[in-house]
Amino acid sequence: MRTSRWTLIGASAAAALATFLVTMLLINVSDRKREALRTHFDLVTLTEDTVDPAEWGKNFPRQYDGYRRAVDTERTRYGGSEAFNRLDLDPRLKRIFAGHPFSLDYREERGHAYSLSDQDETERVKQRKQPGSCLHCHSSVMPAYRAQGGGDIFKGFELVSAMPFAEGRKLVSQPVSCVDCHDPANMQLRITRPAFLLGFRAYKLGQGVKDYDPNTMATRQEMRSLVCAQCHVEYYFAGDRRIVTYPWSKGLKVEEIESYYEEAGFSDWTHAETGAGVIKVQHPEFELWSQGIHARSGVACADCHMPYMREGALKVSDHHVRSPLLNIERACLACHPFPAAEMRARAELIQDRTARLLSRAEDALVDLINAIQRGQPGGSSSAQLAAARKLQRQAQLRVDFVNAENSMGFHAPQEAARILGEAIDFARQGQLALR
Amino acid sequence: MILGRLHLLAGLAIGVMGGLSLFTFIYAQGFSYFSNDPAACANCHIMREQFDSWLKSSHHARAACNDCHTPHSLIPKYWTKAENGWNHSVKFTLQNFPEPIRIRPVNARKLRENCIACHLELTGDILHGATPGQQADCLHCHSGVGHGPRR
Repeated sequence: MRTSRWTLIGASAAAALATFLVTMLLINVSDRKREALRTHFDLVTLTEDTVDPAEWGKNFPRQYDGYRRAVDTERTRYGGSEAFNRLDLDPRLKRIFAGHPFSLDYREERGHAYSLSDQDETERVKQRKQPGSCLHCHSSVMPAYRAQGGGDIFKGFELVSAMPFAEGRKLVSQPVSCVDCHDPANMQLRITRPAFLLGFRAYKLGQGVKDYDPNTMATRQEMRSLVCAQCHVEYYFAGDRRIVTYPWSKGLKVEEIESYYEEAGFSDWTHAETGAGVIKVQHPEFELWSQGIHARSGVACADCHMPYMREGALKVSDHHVRSPLLNIERACLACHPFPAAEMRARAELIQDRTARLLSRAEDALVDLINAIQRGQPGGSSSAQLAAARKLQRQAQLRVDFVNAENSMGFHAPQEAARILGEAIDFARQGQLALR
Repeated sequence: MILGRLHLLAGLAIGVMGGLSLFTFIYAQGFSYFSNDPAACANCHIMREQFDSWLKSSHHARAACNDCHTPHSLIPKYWTKAENGWNHSVKFTLQNFPEPIRIRPVNARKLRENCIACHLELTGDILHGATPGQQADCLHCHSGVGHGPRR
Protein backbone atom coordinates (compact mmCIF):
# COMPACT_ATOMS: atom_id res chain seq x y z
CA MET A 1 0.00 0.00 0.00
CA ARG A 2 1.33 3.42 -0.92
CA THR A 3 0.99 6.29 1.51
CA SER A 4 -0.11 9.53 -0.08
CA ARG A 5 2.20 12.55 -0.26
CA TRP A 6 -0.03 14.69 2.00
CA THR A 7 -0.23 12.03 4.73
CA LEU A 8 3.56 11.99 4.90
CA ILE A 9 3.82 15.79 4.94
CA GLY A 10 1.15 15.89 7.65
CA ALA A 11 2.93 13.26 9.72
CA SER A 12 6.21 15.20 9.46
CA ALA A 13 4.53 18.44 10.46
CA ALA A 14 2.76 16.82 13.41
CA ALA A 15 6.03 15.23 14.55
CA ALA A 16 7.76 18.62 14.24
CA LEU A 17 5.07 20.31 16.32
CA ALA A 18 5.22 17.55 18.94
CA THR A 19 9.02 17.89 19.04
CA PHE A 20 8.62 21.63 19.53
CA LEU A 21 6.29 21.12 22.48
CA VAL A 22 8.40 18.36 24.01
CA THR A 23 11.45 20.64 23.79
CA MET A 24 9.54 23.39 25.58
CA LEU A 25 8.67 20.92 28.29
CA LEU A 26 12.27 19.74 28.49
CA ILE A 27 13.52 23.30 28.94
CA ASN A 28 10.86 23.90 31.60
CA VAL A 29 11.83 20.78 33.52
CA SER A 30 15.47 21.77 33.23
CA ASP A 31 14.70 25.31 34.50
CA ARG A 32 12.90 23.96 37.56
CA LYS A 33 15.73 21.55 38.30
CA ARG A 34 18.31 24.32 38.06
CA GLU A 35 16.22 26.65 40.23
CA ALA A 36 16.20 24.04 42.94
CA LEU A 37 19.98 23.61 42.79
CA ARG A 38 21.00 27.14 43.63
CA THR A 39 18.88 29.67 45.41
CA HIS A 40 20.88 32.82 44.90
CA PHE A 41 23.86 34.32 43.16
CA ASP A 42 26.24 36.77 44.80
CA LEU A 43 26.44 39.62 42.33
CA VAL A 44 27.52 42.25 44.84
CA THR A 45 29.33 41.94 48.14
CA LEU A 46 27.14 43.00 51.05
CA THR A 47 28.63 44.46 54.22
CA GLU A 48 27.35 45.85 57.51
CA ASP A 49 27.42 49.28 55.87
CA THR A 50 25.25 48.30 52.90
CA VAL A 51 22.06 50.03 53.99
CA ASP A 52 20.59 50.54 50.51
CA PRO A 53 18.04 47.73 49.98
CA ALA A 54 18.52 48.00 46.20
CA GLU A 55 22.06 46.62 46.62
CA TRP A 56 20.72 43.60 48.53
CA GLY A 57 18.10 43.29 45.81
CA LYS A 58 20.82 42.49 43.29
CA ASN A 59 21.58 39.28 45.17
CA PHE A 60 18.06 38.61 46.40
CA PRO A 61 15.67 39.91 43.74
CA ARG A 62 12.66 37.92 44.98
CA GLN A 63 12.88 39.24 48.54
CA TYR A 64 13.62 42.77 47.33
CA ASP A 65 10.61 42.65 45.05
CA GLY A 66 8.44 41.85 48.08
CA TYR A 67 10.07 44.54 50.23
CA ARG A 68 9.28 47.16 47.59
CA ARG A 69 5.65 46.10 47.53
CA ALA A 70 5.29 47.06 51.18
CA VAL A 71 4.14 50.48 50.03
CA ASP A 72 0.67 49.46 48.89
CA THR A 73 -2.52 51.05 50.16
CA GLU A 74 -4.95 48.15 50.32
CA ARG A 75 -7.07 48.38 53.48
CA THR A 76 -8.42 45.77 55.83
CA ARG A 77 -11.45 46.59 57.95
CA TYR A 78 -9.34 48.10 60.76
CA GLY A 79 -5.96 48.77 59.16
CA GLY A 80 -4.26 50.21 56.15
CA SER A 81 -1.40 52.32 54.91
CA GLU A 82 -2.91 55.56 53.70
CA ALA A 83 -1.48 58.73 55.19
CA PHE A 84 -4.79 59.95 56.63
CA ASN A 85 -5.17 61.40 60.07
CA ARG A 86 -6.85 59.21 62.66
CA LEU A 87 -7.78 62.26 64.74
CA ASP A 88 -10.30 63.25 62.06
CA LEU A 89 -11.87 59.81 62.23
CA ASP A 90 -12.25 59.67 66.01
CA PRO A 91 -12.51 63.14 67.62
CA ARG A 92 -12.42 61.54 71.08
CA LEU A 93 -8.68 61.00 70.51
CA LYS A 94 -8.13 64.79 70.52
CA ARG A 95 -9.55 64.90 74.03
CA ILE A 96 -7.71 61.82 75.20
CA PHE A 97 -4.36 63.11 73.88
CA ALA A 98 -4.90 66.78 74.78
CA GLY A 99 -1.50 68.42 75.20
CA HIS A 100 0.47 65.57 73.57
CA PRO A 101 2.06 65.81 70.11
CA PHE A 102 -0.25 62.97 69.05
CA SER A 103 -3.13 65.43 69.27
CA LEU A 104 -1.43 67.29 66.39
CA ASP A 105 -1.01 64.40 64.00
CA TYR A 106 -1.92 60.74 64.41
CA ARG A 107 -1.63 59.04 61.05
CA GLU A 108 -2.21 55.52 59.92
CA GLU A 109 1.15 53.77 59.98
CA ARG A 110 2.60 52.61 56.68
CA GLY A 111 5.11 50.02 55.43
CA HIS A 112 8.83 49.77 56.20
CA ALA A 113 9.80 51.56 53.01
CA TYR A 114 7.91 54.65 54.28
CA SER A 115 9.29 54.60 57.81
CA LEU A 116 11.79 57.40 57.31
CA SER A 117 9.86 59.68 54.94
CA ASP A 118 6.74 59.53 57.16
CA GLN A 119 8.90 60.54 60.10
CA ASP A 120 10.17 63.52 58.10
CA GLU A 121 6.65 64.63 57.31
CA THR A 122 4.71 64.19 60.52
CA GLU A 123 3.51 67.36 62.24
CA ARG A 124 4.80 65.88 65.50
CA VAL A 125 8.33 66.41 64.20
CA LYS A 126 7.63 69.59 62.25
CA GLN A 127 5.86 71.47 65.06
CA ARG A 128 7.60 69.98 68.10
CA LYS A 129 11.23 69.37 68.87
CA GLN A 130 11.97 65.66 68.67
CA PRO A 131 15.20 63.87 69.54
CA GLY A 132 17.46 61.68 67.42
CA SER A 133 16.02 58.75 69.36
CA CYS A 134 13.32 58.34 66.68
CA LEU A 135 15.98 57.17 64.22
CA HIS A 136 16.47 53.99 66.28
CA CYS A 137 13.48 52.48 64.50
CA HIS A 138 12.71 54.80 61.62
CA SER A 139 15.98 54.34 59.76
CA SER A 140 18.79 51.97 58.91
CA VAL A 141 20.79 53.55 61.68
CA MET A 142 23.45 51.02 62.69
CA PRO A 143 26.34 52.45 60.60
CA ALA A 144 25.65 55.85 62.19
CA TYR A 145 25.74 54.32 65.70
CA ARG A 146 29.02 52.57 64.94
CA ALA A 147 30.58 55.71 63.48
CA GLN A 148 29.44 57.97 66.33
CA GLY A 149 30.36 55.48 69.05
CA GLY A 150 33.74 54.63 67.53
CA GLY A 151 32.61 51.04 67.01
CA ASP A 152 30.56 50.80 70.20
CA ILE A 153 26.91 50.67 69.14
CA PHE A 154 25.60 51.31 72.66
CA LYS A 155 27.69 54.47 72.97
CA GLY A 156 26.70 55.61 69.47
CA PHE A 157 23.06 54.88 70.28
CA GLU A 158 23.22 57.17 73.32
CA LEU A 159 24.98 59.94 71.40
CA VAL A 160 22.58 59.90 68.44
CA SER A 161 19.51 59.66 70.71
CA ALA A 162 20.59 62.82 72.53
CA MET A 163 20.98 64.80 69.28
CA PRO A 164 18.15 66.97 67.94
CA PHE A 165 16.22 65.03 65.28
CA ALA A 166 17.42 67.24 62.40
CA GLU A 167 21.06 66.67 63.34
CA GLY A 168 20.69 62.90 63.65
CA ARG A 169 18.67 62.80 60.44
CA LYS A 170 21.76 63.86 58.49
CA LEU A 171 23.53 60.67 59.57
CA VAL A 172 21.03 58.30 57.95
CA SER A 173 19.76 57.82 54.43
CA GLN A 174 17.52 54.75 54.34
CA PRO A 175 14.33 53.59 56.06
CA VAL A 176 14.21 50.23 57.85
CA SER A 177 15.81 47.81 55.41
CA CYS A 178 17.48 44.42 54.89
CA VAL A 179 20.59 44.94 57.04
CA ASP A 180 18.44 45.68 60.10
CA CYS A 181 17.33 42.05 60.41
CA HIS A 182 19.81 40.08 58.27
CA ASP A 183 23.48 39.32 58.72
CA PRO A 184 25.03 40.37 55.39
CA ALA A 185 27.51 37.50 55.54
CA ASN A 186 25.01 34.64 55.68
CA MET A 187 21.49 36.12 55.77
CA GLN A 188 20.86 34.75 59.26
CA LEU A 189 18.30 36.70 61.22
CA ARG A 190 19.95 38.82 63.87
CA ILE A 191 19.10 41.55 66.33
CA THR A 192 20.80 44.89 65.73
CA ARG A 193 18.86 47.39 67.86
CA PRO A 194 20.55 48.39 71.14
CA ALA A 195 17.28 49.32 72.90
CA PHE A 196 15.88 45.86 72.20
CA LEU A 197 19.04 44.10 73.34
CA LEU A 198 18.94 46.05 76.62
CA GLY A 199 15.17 45.81 77.12
CA PHE A 200 14.96 42.11 76.36
CA ARG A 201 17.95 41.39 78.58
CA ALA A 202 16.16 43.19 81.42
CA TYR A 203 12.97 41.23 80.71
CA LYS A 204 14.84 37.90 80.73
CA LEU A 205 16.64 38.90 83.92
CA GLY A 206 13.20 39.40 85.47
CA GLN A 207 12.46 35.82 84.42
CA GLY A 208 15.65 34.64 86.09
CA VAL A 209 17.86 34.36 82.99
CA LYS A 210 21.11 36.27 83.26
CA ASP A 211 22.93 38.03 80.39
CA TYR A 212 20.45 36.99 77.75
CA ASP A 213 21.61 37.60 74.19
CA PRO A 214 19.08 36.67 71.51
CA ASN A 215 21.78 36.55 68.83
CA THR A 216 23.39 33.54 70.48
CA MET A 217 20.60 32.11 72.65
CA ALA A 218 17.32 32.38 70.74
CA THR A 219 16.08 29.63 68.43
CA ARG A 220 15.50 30.33 64.77
CA GLN A 221 11.74 30.30 65.30
CA GLU A 222 12.06 32.78 68.19
CA MET A 223 14.19 35.03 66.00
CA ARG A 224 11.38 35.09 63.44
CA SER A 225 9.46 37.11 66.05
CA LEU A 226 12.27 38.88 67.89
CA VAL A 227 13.57 40.70 64.81
CA CYS A 228 10.14 42.33 64.57
CA ALA A 229 10.10 43.02 68.30
CA GLN A 230 13.14 45.24 67.82
CA CYS A 231 10.69 48.01 67.00
CA HIS A 232 7.04 46.88 67.20
CA VAL A 233 6.88 47.45 70.94
CA GLU A 234 6.06 49.93 73.70
CA TYR A 235 8.94 52.28 74.54
CA TYR A 236 9.67 55.61 76.16
CA PHE A 237 12.50 58.13 76.05
CA ALA A 238 14.31 57.87 79.38
CA GLY A 239 15.92 60.91 80.97
CA ASP A 240 17.21 64.15 79.47
CA ARG A 241 19.32 62.24 76.99
CA ARG A 242 16.17 60.74 75.51
CA ILE A 243 17.38 57.14 75.48
CA VAL A 244 14.90 54.79 73.79
CA THR A 245 13.94 52.36 76.56
CA TYR A 246 11.64 49.33 76.58
CA PRO A 247 9.81 49.11 79.97
CA TRP A 248 10.07 45.34 80.30
CA SER A 249 12.07 44.57 83.42
CA LYS A 250 8.92 43.54 85.31
CA GLY A 251 7.33 41.72 82.37
CA LEU A 252 5.40 42.32 79.17
CA LYS A 253 1.81 42.48 80.49
CA VAL A 254 0.10 45.86 80.70
CA GLU A 255 0.06 45.97 84.52
CA GLU A 256 3.73 44.95 84.63
CA ILE A 257 4.59 47.78 82.25
CA GLU A 258 2.41 50.07 84.36
CA SER A 259 4.25 49.17 87.54
CA TYR A 260 7.56 49.77 85.76
CA TYR A 261 6.42 53.31 84.91
CA GLU A 262 5.17 53.83 88.48
CA GLU A 263 8.54 52.86 89.85
CA ALA A 264 10.37 55.05 87.32
CA GLY A 265 7.97 57.91 88.17
CA PHE A 266 7.53 58.46 84.47
CA SER A 267 4.83 60.31 82.56
CA ASP A 268 4.94 61.01 78.81
CA TRP A 269 3.01 64.23 79.26
CA THR A 270 0.69 66.15 81.52
CA HIS A 271 -2.86 66.06 80.26
CA ALA A 272 -3.81 69.58 79.14
CA GLU A 273 -7.40 69.39 80.41
CA THR A 274 -7.04 67.51 83.70
CA GLY A 275 -3.41 67.95 84.78
CA ALA A 276 -2.97 64.17 85.12
CA GLY A 277 0.47 62.69 84.41
CA VAL A 278 -0.26 60.15 81.68
CA ILE A 279 1.48 57.62 79.44
CA LYS A 280 1.30 57.57 75.65
CA VAL A 281 1.51 53.93 74.64
CA GLN A 282 3.27 53.35 71.34
CA HIS A 283 2.58 50.13 69.43
CA PRO A 284 2.87 47.13 71.77
CA GLU A 285 2.36 44.45 69.10
CA PHE A 286 5.05 42.18 70.54
CA GLU A 287 3.75 42.56 74.09
CA LEU A 288 0.11 41.85 73.22
CA TRP A 289 0.99 38.99 70.84
CA SER A 290 3.05 37.45 73.65
CA GLN A 291 -0.17 37.02 75.67
CA GLY A 292 -2.07 35.31 72.83
CA ILE A 293 -2.70 31.79 71.64
CA HIS A 294 -0.53 32.11 68.53
CA ALA A 295 2.52 32.96 70.62
CA ARG A 296 1.73 30.07 72.96
CA SER A 297 1.52 27.75 69.99
CA GLY A 298 4.94 28.81 68.75
CA VAL A 299 3.65 30.76 65.76
CA ALA A 300 6.06 33.57 64.90
CA CYS A 301 5.30 37.03 63.50
CA ALA A 302 6.82 35.97 60.19
CA ASP A 303 4.59 32.90 59.92
CA CYS A 304 1.53 35.11 59.37
CA HIS A 305 2.99 38.42 58.20
CA MET A 306 5.68 36.95 55.91
CA PRO A 307 4.37 33.46 55.07
CA TYR A 308 6.32 31.18 52.77
CA MET A 309 5.46 31.44 49.11
CA ARG A 310 6.65 29.54 46.09
CA GLU A 311 8.33 31.00 43.07
CA GLY A 312 9.00 28.28 40.53
CA ALA A 313 10.76 25.47 42.37
CA LEU A 314 11.92 27.87 45.12
CA LYS A 315 10.35 28.70 48.41
CA VAL A 316 10.86 32.18 49.83
CA SER A 317 9.35 33.99 52.76
CA ASP A 318 7.16 36.79 51.48
CA HIS A 319 8.98 40.06 52.14
CA HIS A 320 5.87 42.01 51.29
CA VAL A 321 5.16 42.35 55.01
CA ARG A 322 1.44 43.03 55.43
CA SER A 323 -1.74 42.20 57.24
CA PRO A 324 -2.46 38.46 57.05
CA LEU A 325 -6.00 39.46 56.12
CA LEU A 326 -4.63 40.53 52.74
CA ASN A 327 -3.04 37.11 52.22
CA ILE A 328 -5.29 34.65 54.04
CA GLU A 329 -4.53 31.60 51.92
CA ARG A 330 -0.84 31.58 52.71
CA ALA A 331 -1.02 33.23 56.13
CA CYS A 332 -3.75 31.16 57.78
CA LEU A 333 -4.56 28.08 55.74
CA ALA A 334 -1.17 26.42 56.14
CA CYS A 335 -2.26 25.59 59.70
CA HIS A 336 -6.04 26.13 59.70
CA PRO A 337 -7.70 23.71 57.24
CA PHE A 338 -10.71 25.91 56.50
CA PRO A 339 -11.82 28.10 53.60
CA ALA A 340 -10.31 31.59 53.44
CA ALA A 341 -13.74 33.20 53.94
CA GLU A 342 -14.14 31.35 57.24
CA MET A 343 -10.76 32.56 58.50
CA ARG A 344 -11.55 36.13 57.50
CA ALA A 345 -14.88 35.90 59.32
CA ARG A 346 -13.16 34.62 62.49
CA ALA A 347 -10.56 37.38 62.49
CA GLU A 348 -13.04 40.14 61.76
CA LEU A 349 -15.41 38.90 64.45
CA ILE A 350 -12.59 39.26 66.98
CA GLN A 351 -11.76 42.72 65.66
CA ASP A 352 -15.39 43.88 65.61
CA ARG A 353 -15.87 42.82 69.21
CA THR A 354 -12.64 44.52 70.29
CA ALA A 355 -13.57 47.70 68.41
CA ARG A 356 -16.94 47.91 70.16
CA LEU A 357 -15.35 47.41 73.56
CA LEU A 358 -12.62 49.93 72.72
CA SER A 359 -15.23 52.49 71.76
CA ARG A 360 -16.96 52.03 75.14
CA ALA A 361 -13.62 52.38 76.90
CA GLU A 362 -12.86 55.64 75.04
CA ASP A 363 -16.30 56.96 76.02
CA ALA A 364 -15.63 56.09 79.64
CA LEU A 365 -12.22 57.80 79.54
CA VAL A 366 -13.65 60.97 77.95
CA ASP A 367 -16.41 60.95 80.62
CA LEU A 368 -13.74 60.85 83.30
CA ILE A 369 -11.80 63.70 81.65
CA ASN A 370 -15.04 65.74 81.57
CA ALA A 371 -15.75 64.92 85.21
CA ILE A 372 -12.29 66.00 86.37
CA GLN A 373 -12.55 69.22 84.33
CA ARG A 374 -15.95 70.01 85.74
CA GLY A 375 -15.09 69.05 89.29
CA GLN A 376 -17.92 68.44 91.69
CA PRO A 377 -20.55 71.10 92.40
CA GLY A 378 -19.23 71.91 95.87
CA GLY A 379 -15.61 71.68 94.64
CA SER A 380 -13.57 68.48 94.73
CA SER A 381 -11.00 68.03 97.43
CA SER A 382 -7.41 67.75 96.28
CA ALA A 383 -7.37 64.14 97.50
CA GLN A 384 -10.38 63.37 95.32
CA LEU A 385 -8.78 65.03 92.30
CA ALA A 386 -5.51 63.19 92.86
CA ALA A 387 -7.35 59.86 93.04
CA ALA A 388 -9.30 60.66 89.86
CA ARG A 389 -6.13 61.69 87.99
CA LYS A 390 -4.40 58.49 89.01
CA LEU A 391 -7.37 56.49 87.72
CA GLN A 392 -7.27 58.50 84.47
CA ARG A 393 -3.62 57.51 84.12
CA GLN A 394 -4.50 53.84 84.64
CA ALA A 395 -7.46 53.93 82.23
CA GLN A 396 -5.47 55.93 79.63
CA LEU A 397 -2.63 53.42 79.64
CA ARG A 398 -5.04 50.55 79.02
CA VAL A 399 -7.22 52.20 76.37
CA ASP A 400 -4.10 53.26 74.52
CA PHE A 401 -2.48 49.84 74.90
CA VAL A 402 -5.22 48.34 72.74
CA ASN A 403 -5.80 51.36 70.50
CA ALA A 404 -2.14 51.91 69.61
CA GLU A 405 -1.57 48.20 69.12
CA ASN A 406 -1.96 47.33 65.46
CA SER A 407 -4.23 44.30 65.40
CA MET A 408 -7.53 45.55 66.88
CA GLY A 409 -7.25 42.88 69.54
CA PHE A 410 -6.45 39.99 67.22
CA HIS A 411 -2.96 39.32 68.58
CA ALA A 412 -4.51 38.29 71.94
CA PRO A 413 -8.31 38.69 71.96
CA GLN A 414 -9.05 37.76 75.56
CA GLU A 415 -6.16 39.82 76.86
CA ALA A 416 -7.34 42.82 74.86
CA ALA A 417 -10.84 42.43 76.29
CA ARG A 418 -9.46 42.09 79.81
CA ILE A 419 -7.41 45.27 79.39
CA LEU A 420 -10.37 47.22 78.02
CA GLY A 421 -12.65 45.90 80.76
CA GLU A 422 -10.18 47.19 83.34
CA ALA A 423 -9.93 50.51 81.50
CA ILE A 424 -13.69 51.02 81.68
CA ASP A 425 -13.65 50.07 85.35
CA PHE A 426 -10.84 52.50 86.20
CA ALA A 427 -12.49 55.34 84.29
CA ARG A 428 -15.84 54.84 86.04
CA GLN A 429 -14.07 54.46 89.40
CA GLY A 430 -12.47 57.82 88.68
CA GLN A 431 -15.89 59.40 88.19
CA LEU A 432 -17.05 57.86 91.46
CA ALA A 433 -13.98 59.18 93.26
CA LEU A 434 -15.15 62.72 92.51
CA ARG A 435 -18.59 62.28 94.06
CA MET B 1 11.21 9.43 -5.81
CA ILE B 2 9.61 12.37 -4.04
CA LEU B 3 7.61 9.98 -1.88
CA GLY B 4 10.85 8.25 -0.93
CA ARG B 5 12.30 11.53 0.32
CA LEU B 6 9.09 12.31 2.16
CA HIS B 7 9.25 8.92 3.83
CA LEU B 8 12.75 9.75 4.96
CA LEU B 9 11.67 13.19 6.24
CA ALA B 10 8.67 11.81 8.11
CA GLY B 11 10.75 9.02 9.57
CA LEU B 12 13.40 11.48 10.66
CA ALA B 13 10.86 13.85 12.22
CA ILE B 14 9.12 11.08 14.11
CA GLY B 15 12.45 9.61 15.18
CA VAL B 16 13.68 12.93 16.57
CA MET B 17 10.40 13.41 18.36
CA GLY B 18 10.55 9.92 19.80
CA GLY B 19 14.15 10.29 20.93
CA LEU B 20 13.64 13.71 22.47
CA SER B 21 10.46 12.56 24.20
CA LEU B 22 12.25 9.56 25.65
CA PHE B 23 15.12 11.77 26.84
CA THR B 24 12.70 14.26 28.42
CA PHE B 25 10.83 11.44 30.10
CA ILE B 26 14.01 9.98 31.57
CA TYR B 27 15.43 13.41 32.47
CA ALA B 28 12.19 14.24 34.29
CA GLN B 29 12.51 10.95 36.21
CA GLY B 30 9.37 9.63 34.48
CA PHE B 31 9.93 6.03 35.44
CA SER B 32 10.00 6.86 39.13
CA TYR B 33 6.28 7.59 38.97
CA PHE B 34 5.54 3.93 38.23
CA SER B 35 7.32 2.96 41.44
CA ASN B 36 6.15 2.90 45.01
CA ASP B 37 9.03 5.08 46.21
CA PRO B 38 7.77 8.07 48.26
CA ALA B 39 10.75 10.13 47.13
CA ALA B 40 9.13 10.26 43.67
CA CYS B 41 6.27 12.29 45.12
CA ALA B 42 8.74 15.01 46.16
CA ASN B 43 10.57 15.10 42.79
CA CYS B 44 9.23 18.53 42.00
CA HIS B 45 9.67 19.79 45.61
CA ILE B 46 6.06 20.90 45.99
CA MET B 47 5.37 18.10 48.46
CA ARG B 48 8.72 18.36 50.19
CA GLU B 49 7.11 19.26 53.53
CA GLN B 50 4.66 16.39 53.31
CA PHE B 51 7.49 14.01 52.45
CA ASP B 52 9.76 15.27 55.23
CA SER B 53 7.03 15.13 57.85
CA TRP B 54 5.91 11.65 56.69
CA LEU B 55 9.45 10.46 57.46
CA LYS B 56 8.79 11.39 61.09
CA SER B 57 5.16 10.32 61.26
CA SER B 58 3.58 7.37 62.96
CA HIS B 59 2.61 5.82 59.63
CA HIS B 60 6.12 5.95 58.25
CA ALA B 61 6.91 2.38 59.25
CA ARG B 62 3.79 0.85 57.72
CA ALA B 63 2.47 3.00 54.91
CA ALA B 64 4.05 4.91 52.04
CA CYS B 65 2.29 7.58 49.96
CA ASN B 66 0.60 5.10 47.65
CA ASP B 67 -0.73 2.93 50.46
CA CYS B 68 -2.97 5.76 51.61
CA HIS B 69 -3.38 7.92 48.52
CA THR B 70 -4.05 5.35 45.78
CA PRO B 71 -6.56 2.51 45.70
CA HIS B 72 -5.07 -0.90 46.36
CA SER B 73 -6.30 -2.78 43.27
CA LEU B 74 -4.25 -2.51 40.10
CA ILE B 75 -6.42 -0.65 37.59
CA PRO B 76 -7.93 1.96 39.99
CA LYS B 77 -4.42 2.49 41.37
CA TYR B 78 -2.89 3.34 38.01
CA TRP B 79 -5.93 5.32 36.97
CA THR B 80 -5.50 7.45 40.13
CA LYS B 81 -1.78 7.83 39.47
CA ALA B 82 -2.44 8.83 35.85
CA GLU B 83 -5.18 11.33 36.68
CA ASN B 84 -3.29 13.02 39.50
CA GLY B 85 0.00 12.77 37.64
CA TRP B 86 -1.52 14.62 34.71
CA ASN B 87 -3.05 17.29 36.96
CA HIS B 88 0.15 17.80 38.93
CA SER B 89 2.33 18.01 35.81
CA VAL B 90 0.08 20.55 34.11
CA LYS B 91 -0.24 22.69 37.23
CA PHE B 92 3.43 22.60 38.10
CA THR B 93 4.54 23.31 34.53
CA LEU B 94 2.13 26.22 34.14
CA GLN B 95 2.64 27.31 37.78
CA ASN B 96 -1.03 28.01 38.38
CA PHE B 97 -2.28 26.38 41.55
CA PRO B 98 -3.51 27.75 44.86
CA GLU B 99 -1.36 27.42 47.95
CA PRO B 100 -1.37 25.81 50.40
CA ILE B 101 -2.15 22.74 48.30
CA ARG B 102 -5.24 20.81 49.39
CA ILE B 103 -6.51 17.31 48.73
CA ARG B 104 -9.48 17.23 46.33
CA PRO B 105 -12.73 15.63 47.58
CA VAL B 106 -12.37 12.72 45.15
CA ASN B 107 -8.92 11.92 46.54
CA ALA B 108 -10.06 12.44 50.13
CA ARG B 109 -12.68 9.72 49.57
CA LYS B 110 -10.05 7.31 48.30
CA LEU B 111 -7.85 8.20 51.27
CA ARG B 112 -10.62 7.47 53.73
CA GLU B 113 -11.31 4.12 52.12
CA ASN B 114 -7.67 3.28 52.68
CA CYS B 115 -7.83 4.28 56.37
CA ILE B 116 -10.68 1.86 56.77
CA ALA B 117 -9.03 -0.86 54.67
CA CYS B 118 -6.35 -1.20 57.34
CA HIS B 119 -8.29 -0.11 60.43
CA LEU B 120 -11.56 -1.87 59.67
CA GLU B 121 -11.58 -4.06 62.76
CA LEU B 122 -10.95 -1.14 65.07
CA THR B 123 -13.52 1.11 63.46
CA GLY B 124 -16.20 -1.45 62.57
CA ASP B 125 -18.50 -0.41 65.39
CA ILE B 126 -18.45 3.28 64.60
CA LEU B 127 -18.80 2.71 60.86
CA HIS B 128 -21.67 0.27 61.16
CA GLY B 129 -25.08 1.86 60.78
CA ALA B 130 -23.83 5.27 59.68
CA THR B 131 -25.89 6.80 56.89
CA PRO B 132 -24.02 6.48 53.59
CA GLY B 133 -22.16 9.71 52.97
CA GLN B 134 -22.39 10.66 56.65
CA GLN B 135 -19.57 8.52 57.96
CA ALA B 136 -17.04 10.23 60.15
CA ASP B 137 -14.04 11.65 58.32
CA CYS B 138 -11.04 10.02 60.01
CA LEU B 139 -8.80 12.98 59.20
CA HIS B 140 -11.07 15.50 60.86
CA CYS B 141 -9.44 14.48 64.13
CA HIS B 142 -6.43 12.43 63.04
CA SER B 143 -5.02 14.96 60.59
CA GLY B 144 -1.42 14.54 61.65
CA VAL B 145 -1.00 10.78 61.46
CA GLY B 146 0.26 10.62 57.88
CA HIS B 147 2.26 13.79 57.57
CA GLY B 148 2.19 17.50 58.44
CA PRO B 149 2.94 20.08 57.61
CA ARG B 150 2.53 21.75 60.94
CA ARG B 151 4.82 24.67 61.58
